[in-house]
Amino acid sequence: MTNPKYERPLSPFMMYRWQYTNTLSILHRVTGCALSVGLLLFVYWLVAAASGPEAYASAQAVFANPLTKALLVGFSFAFFYHLLNGVRHLAWDTGHGFEKKMARTSGMIAFWGAVALTALFWFVLVRRGEV
Amino acid sequence: MSLRSPVGRVLGLGAAGNGVGHWWALRVSSVALVLLGLWFVFALVRMPDVSYATVTAWIAAPVNAVLLSLLIGTMLYHSMLGVQEVVEDYVASHGAKIATKIVLQFIHFLLGALGIFSVLRIAFGSAA
Repeated sequence: MTNPKYERPLSPFMMYRWQYTNTLSILHRVTGCALSVGLLLFVYWLVAAASGPEAYASAQAVFANPLTKALLVGFSFAFFYHLLNGVRHLAWDTGHGFEKKMARTSGMIAFWGAVALTALFWFVLVRRGEV
Repeated sequence: MSLRSPVGRVLGLGAAGNGVGHWWALRVSSVALVLLGLWFVFALVRMPDVSYATVTAWIAAPVNAVLLSLLIGTMLYHSMLGVQEVVEDYVASHGAKIATKIVLQFIHFLLGALGIFSVLRIAFGSAA
């Protein structure tokens, strides 16, 4: 990819192979954008609750739809991942956790921790008979 | 050796002319969201059900109403700053970039106002 005429440094995205670091980084942005969209549903839920029992009942019908439920599972994963990986970013901002081993461990904790928390969250809701 | 001009150093600005404030606001709101977000998830998990009566009674409790309002405001603020960054990265044309950012800003303020107003309406008992 190097230009023989100039030999100038390339932007990282043009030369790096695909690996966990950029995957987790992209996932942070994707989950962030997803959560921004999820705010629409969250505010819809609040507005429905403020509009009275009938409006809340129709909102509950929307949330009971399998498609909405699948979306909610996705949003909850996005929430937990963005939260855990966000803490990772905050640690980096203070200059900590950049060592290869530490960065890898924290990345795995953020991803699999989010998977585990999502499962735990829905386990509680299912057991309560909510789903 | 610093390559920054004396004026740039005095103003505390980077090459883009601004951004430190945006960056810092995103971090501070994220710290608040760690706390408020975990509080809300715990509250959801501990709620016996999500029926109309349970949810409105929970929202109406003073501490919940205040924390929930703060959560809504902080989430929308953080979300607005976040999507602005994404738009700045991916929308190349200057005009489209400004327009997209303004539209997104309006949507965020609208959602924030709707959310907080809803919480207050329930809290003050004026919901239908």
